[in-house]
Amino acid sequence: MDNNIKIGMADYKVGEKDNILVTLGLGSCVGVIIYDSANKVAGMAHIMLPSSLEIKNNSNKMKFADTCIDLMMSELLKKNINKNSLKAKIAGGAQMFSVSLNSDSLNIGKRNVLAVKEKLKLLKIPIISEDVFGNHGRTIRFNCSNQELNIKSIGKGETII
Amino acid sequence: MNFTLDNMNSLYLDVLKEIGNIGSGNAATSLSKMINKSVNMEVPNIEVVETEKVVELFDDEEEITVGVYINFNGSINGTILTLLDKESADNLVSILFGNKPEGDIYSEIESSVIQELGNIMSSGYVNSISLLTSLDINISVPSVNIDMVSSILSVPAIEYGLESDKLILIENRLIIDEEKIKCFFFFMPDLTSFDTLFKSLGVLGNG
Repeated sequence: MDNNIKIGMADYKVGEKDNILVTLGLGSCVGVIIYDSANKVAGMAHIMLPSSLEIKNNSNKMKFADTCIDLMMSELLKKNINKNSLKAKIAGGAQMFSVSLNSDSLNIGKRNVLAVKEKLKLLKIPIISEDVFGNHGRTIRFNCSNQELNIKSIGKGETII
Repeated sequence: MNFTLDNMNSLYLDVLKEIGNIGSGNAATSLSKMINKSVNMEVPNIEVVETEKVVELFDDEEEITVGVYINFNGSINGTILTLLDKESADNLVSILFGNKPEGDIYSEIESSVIQELGNIMSSGYVNSISLLTSLDINISVPSVNIDMVSSILSVPAIEYGLESDKLILIENRLIIDEEKIKCFFFFMPDLTSFDTLFKSLGVLGNG
């Protein structure tokens, strides 16, 4: 049986036990995993933009670090978890193109990472490991049963954090 | 009225299609001059697509693609991303150098040739827009990246994501020496530039 759960752009999913949460080809977006290792429950979010407060067109709550993590948290809290033992892993936030720009939109990867960290700090969820920035895409796979986050990049092979 | 991609009617889409047609023709001509070979072009396909659906154009989200990114500024501001699948980029390299690149990673010279091709094709676009509208537009030095398609496409998705959930996509198919080249352009003016663009073409009133 296929135990992979795929998360697309501006989306989140919650999995448990032998589920593998997968996001293919993260670029400047950030993948956030919040998990409870004792109960083997985890959620993965694929975040596009730092903040819903900066933008007029913010109807899609799943795009933003602040609102998407809130939505995922409420879903996680419906599961059998211990709220105080939640931990996080994050990956992504690359700068895919290095054109010198007057706008800071190209550095959105970095801003996404900072916004996610800020949000996790507010929620008092510690970040156990991270693989962020750089200029390459990442495919990430989180194993809900052993909490390993596998990261694959073109020309760089695979690492586990 | 202000223009947004979400309220785009068929008139604006027709105008964008015409810009896309002329731009594609111009881009193909520039390419043909650079490589000194005849370039055949199919009628380009121009669509407004949902940001999250763009990756579905590719069978495999991890497919290796080549992205060439430039930004333009002046009377209108924005960016153009030119996206080639790996096979098309390999074909272009082979047309120029006589043999296909090996493996996933391009050598410095191959990568700079692709950068130059992306530059020439995007300039062809910008030129034709500039000629049509008599607007002054400058373009930046291009930046190239070779990576998984969905990570490259996160860039236009995010840029458009600031304003809209839709993207303008121009799909070109070229044939050079019987080699097929499939190439996507993401034309991304910021929203105030759309207003300027349409006003200068006389399709958007001032009121």
